[in-house]
Amino acid sequence: MAIDVRNVSKSFSGFQALDDVSLSVPDGSLTALLGPSGGGKSTLLRVIAGLEAPDSGAVLFSGETVTTLPAQERGVGFVFQHYAAFKHMTVRDNIAFGLKIRRRPKAEVRDRVDELLALVHLTGWADRYPAQLSGGQRQRMALARALAVAPRVLLLDEPFGALDATVRKELRDWLRRLQEEVHVTTIFVTHDQEEALEVAQQVAVINAGRIEQTGTPDDLYERPANPFVMGFVGPVSRLGDAWVRPHDIEVLDDHADGAIEALIERVARVGFEVRVESVLGDGTAVPILTTRDRADELELRPGQIVWLRVHRERAFAA
Amino acid sequence: MPASSRASRLTLRAAALGYLAALLAIPVAMVFYRTFEHGLGPAWEAVTTPAAQHAFWLTVTMVAIAVPLNTIFGVGMALALVRGRWRGKTLVSAIVDLPFAVSPVVVGLALILVYGNTGWIGTWLASNGIRVIFSTPGMVLATVFVSLPFVVREVVPVLREIGVEQEDAARTLGASAAQTFWRITLPAIRWGVAYGVILTTARALGEFGAVAVVSGKIEGQTETMTLFVEQRFQAFDLTGAYAASVVLALLALAVIGTMTLLDRRKEN
Repeated sequence: MAIDVRNVSKSFSGFQALDDVSLSVPDGSLTALLGPSGGGKSTLLRVIAGLEAPDSGAVLFSGETVTTLPAQERGVGFVFQHYAAFKHMTVRDNIAFGLKIRRRPKAEVRDRVDELLALVHLTGWADRYPAQLSGGQRQRMALARALAVAPRVLLLDEPFGALDATVRKELRDWLRRLQEEVHVTTIFVTHDQEEALEVAQQVAVINAGRIEQTGTPDDLYERPANPFVMGFVGPVSRLGDAWVRPHDIEVLDDHADGAIEALIERVARVGFEVRVESVLGDGTAVPILTTRDRADELELRPGQIVWLRVHRERAFAA
Repeated sequence: MPASSRASRLTLRAAALGYLAALLAIPVAMVFYRTFEHGLGPAWEAVTTPAAQHAFWLTVTMVAIAVPLNTIFGVGMALALVRGRWRGKTLVSAIVDLPFAVSPVVVGLALILVYGNTGWIGTWLASNGIRVIFSTPGMVLATVFVSLPFVVREVVPVLREIGVEQEDAARTLGASAAQTFWRITLPAIRWGVAYGVILTTARALGEFGAVAVVSGKIEGQTETMTLFVEQRFQAFDLTGAYAASVVLALLALAVIGTMTLLDRRKEN
């Protein structure tokens, strides 16, 4: 189901959380709302879910206005950052909640819950309570609970934010595969650019209540609309009027046309990558990303004077 | 461990226990001792007189009316204070605490001013044949008033702590407001409600001042257990006063016992 958000504004006691936001989410797509915390992305998700009412603007599901439709009638599945597990219910009862509310026959509920337990790899945990599960298991339970009612849209608010890095990575891949399987229109909120670029087909960058840019991960990385987007989706440094990514800078050990002199301050080898921190004559810090082979060839070390040649740079109209 | 710190720890313990003994344990023990000084017989007789039995059942009635009323009001008010978005919340929250601050005697007098025969609402009620002061309704009002804040004060912090996420989740899963309350909110706050109910019960059982003022202390009619104790005491029937006190103390102990049991279950 396609989702359209049109000119939505929302403020909380004087704080403008959303300022004339418009967004189109194609049917069956996986979209990320990416931005710094407090930027309004969670509020946008809650407006789509019907958990918050916008001050103005409209929300449309498949072309139909749902702006005033209460959350319980929107048919959305919502997954919360801190799981929102029903603590007094077993895993089975948590997952069955939406089906029981809809008064489905007992046998149907049981079969559907068994199916979902298998889908989220919690089959052996059905009779446990949420307190007895790990964070990753709780979040998988919350996902199963949201999917149980066959939602038209799946909305996830920082779903992996409270998990440690390994589990996070695992669940991220799992979500992407799940979404390909179930094919439900999915929107998830994250402040982690890597997560957004890796998982989503479409990314909307939100900052200070406004959408800065919407596009594919490639669009955002290669053709950022402004310095904010460029800076948010990856590391960047400023050379004069241009913005440069660390991997678009070549390190030379001798002067060349258009090259700038720089002093190496630090060299960090991270696997195959080598991260070099350098500083220009005017004090500008310029991070550089190069390969281990290249670093070895030039014998890069702190205190060394090198020349930087920029391969690709972007300038933005003021 | 150095001797001095050990000595100071023991002194502290002795002081605390001594304080507790002097104020609480010894007086309560004395009541029990005096009651059963001459055996079970006289004590049993004293608490089975018609006046004593009436007082006992009147107290139970007060509790049976005040506790459910204050539980329903308390949970509703706590929800309104924590989840609601409305003006004047701070003021209402302060008003809820009023019974903690105002002396029960003042509460009683205030009720007479409003509901007495010459009072504001009392005149109208009297002309319709309803008697509030010097009768059960007035005593129920007084008991409800003095035990009002307990459920609210116990439930508010629990509601704050559980947050709205579980309720939001229930809503997105299709639950109506009523379904969300019964299936999610109430189970989540049940311990807070239970504590509130127990404290309300204890307070309603022991209420004296406000009830004394509005009841008129008519023996066999508007005399609760606490009033009965005072009346027996002033009539120099010490056995009667002590025996009735023991009944009240036992009820209170049962309440405390329930609370301790709940505490254990909660920890499990």
